[in-house]
Amino acid sequence: MTYSSDAQADTMITLDHVEKWYGAFKALHDISMSVRQGEKIVLCGPSGSGKSTLIRCINYLEPHQKGEIRVDGILLGHQAKAIDAIRREVGMVFQQFNLFPHLTVLENCMLAPMRALGLSKAAAEDRARGLLERVKIAEQAAKYPAQLSGGQQQRVAIARALCMQPKVMLFDEPTSALDPEMVKEVLDTMIGLAEDGMTMICVTHEMGFARQVADRVIFMAEGAIVEQAPPAEFFSNPRHERTRKFLGEILNH
Amino acid sequence: MGKDEFVFLLVGLKWTVVLSAVGFVCGCLGGLAVALARTSDIKVLNKATAAYIGVFQGTPLLMQLFVVYYGLALVGFKIDAWIAVAIGLTLHASAYLGEIWRGSIEAVPRGQTEAAKALSLKYASRMRDVILPQALRISLPATIGFLVQLIKGTSLASIVGFTELTRAGNMISNQIFQPLTVFAIVGLLYFLMCCPLTIFGAHLERRFAASTR
Amino acid sequence: MNYQLDFTPVIDGLPNLLLGCLGTFLLAVCGMLLAIVIGIGGVILRTSKIKAARWAMIGFVELIRNTPFLVQIFFLYFALPLAGLRLDPTPTAIIALGINGGAYAIEIIRGGVQSISKGQIEAGLALGLHRAQVFRFIVLKPALRAIFPSLTSQFVLLTLSTSIASAISAYELTSVSQRIESESFRSFEVYFTVTAFYLVISWLMMRLFGLFSSRYFAYPVK
Repeated sequence: MTYSSDAQADTMITLDHVEKWYGAFKALHDISMSVRQGEKIVLCGPSGSGKSTLIRCINYLEPHQKGEIRVDGILLGHQAKAIDAIRREVGMVFQQFNLFPHLTVLENCMLAPMRALGLSKAAAEDRARGLLERVKIAEQAAKYPAQLSGGQQQRVAIARALCMQPKVMLFDEPTSALDPEMVKEVLDTMIGLAEDGMTMICVTHEMGFARQVADRVIFMAEGAIVEQAPPAEFFSNPRHERTRKFLGEILNH
Repeated sequence: MGKDEFVFLLVGLKWTVVLSAVGFVCGCLGGLAVALARTSDIKVLNKATAAYIGVFQGTPLLMQLFVVYYGLALVGFKIDAWIAVAIGLTLHASAYLGEIWRGSIEAVPRGQTEAAKALSLKYASRMRDVILPQALRISLPATIGFLVQLIKGTSLASIVGFTELTRAGNMISNQIFQPLTVFAIVGLLYFLMCCPLTIFGAHLERRFAASTR
Repeated sequence: MNYQLDFTPVIDGLPNLLLGCLGTFLLAVCGMLLAIVIGIGGVILRTSKIKAARWAMIGFVELIRNTPFLVQIFFLYFALPLAGLRLDPTPTAIIALGINGGAYAIEIIRGGVQSISKGQIEAGLALGLHRAQVFRFIVLKPALRAIFPSLTSQFVLLTLSTSIASAISAYELTSVSQRIESESFRSFEVYFTVTAFYLVISWLMMRLFGLFSSRYFAYPVK
């Protein structure tokens, strides 16, 4: 199956026969998929299946070697201009939060709007405070990352990404590094974001979240997409043996 | 620059090597004493060596050489310039090596001392047979790094008036008016002495880092 | 021993010696600033994608680290005029100190940059910052914090090596003391006092660094 980039007017992301190698190791095999505006995708699969690599290719943290990636109509070539343009439209949340330790929560959120978008300090601060409010952490604005719990840090990281007013949010296992009691606050924030219509691709093993939020669940193994389906169908009636085995492992522990 | 001038430089080089070797060997002995005193339980020794290290690490080597050179003359020792410089370098090296080795003695896990004590080893044996061999290994990259610093430091003997490599270079340069050529060659000679040591030190450091990982 | 210590020339020369201290301090501070500039520029080249730039920096660092500062300062003293730069001894000394300290700074800063996790850099890139911005706003400060102890001891060494600049008669404490010594022949008294001055200067330097560090790096870490 192939997708042409202008087949649907509301297509936000398309990947067309994307391949990626690390040296001789092929990390992504012929990946083709598209994501509509406002669509929520959950990517899952065993570790090493290439799901993180896939979303890291979308904002060019990892260069792909073959195929085409388009975000909001912009072709992600290897030239700096397109990479910048796409990174301004795509927000990313990392497993390890990656907040900047030497900046306060507020400064973490203001940095990129000021430096990458050229916002004034006042405008950046307004925006940052608004979004910290939205992730319910406004009262921590003056603290440093090391003074926050993991869940709080991850919510700040979400606010920081939202400060760039992205059209797409990528989540790379956002709850995997959290203590169990903090997972919910982060998932609730993500659910809120989904309800507001954000286009999202989430790499996660939180199957409850997938059931509740995802429009489509994509299962990957060994660098390839094995199957994709709406959550109801995906969980109740997986077609591939590989998927059934994975679901069995992840749901019955 | 002719052959004679180059030979003159090589004679200077010989003295640089002699100064470095004497300073390093005597400095090792002094440094060992300083390190042991610095890590001992005797408070006076502890404080005295801390002050000694502080003074020598807080003042320029050039001043140390001046003070030793004129100080020895003052108390009536009629000695050659090179011996005065060697004494200055020894005192300097003792302080730096003492501090390096203090650090590595303290880097040996406490359990080693405890185990040695439990085996009823006395202080001398505990140090010689258990702690120092391990400390020496830890300190080797830094020790070699200091040796390079010491070789470069011998160049200051030229300011005191002793003809080693740098002063030989200065004299030649004043004779033949080709300062750039002369100092480039002098620099190269130092480089040939120091660079292998630097590479060796970095190699040891990498190997050590790999083995503790 | 029938020699009588006589500190009169030292006391008479005190105003000049204090000015010399100031000279040493300025020489050291200017040298450090230049060293930091060279160090940061050097690290950018040292870690760049251009192979020639990387090798040039490796060569520069090893050349400087494996030759005496005295030889470097002599070389520069004679080389700068040939390159069309006629400078007084003091600016020449500052350049020499900057180059020497810069070479050490490159290696130290590089270690600091490597101590920053890859995730920090990726987070900056994902936010749409350019590489230079990521370095300036995200990598630099935490890296500085990590290397500050070794940077401090390197810069104390740089402060002490300003005394070598007396060899080209730059204006600093050692050359001032040499002038007093050559007029009074009270060598030991002069150099002994000046050594004590240096001890105070390097102690002050360390205090300054400590103060800067406790202000600038006040953010908490885990």
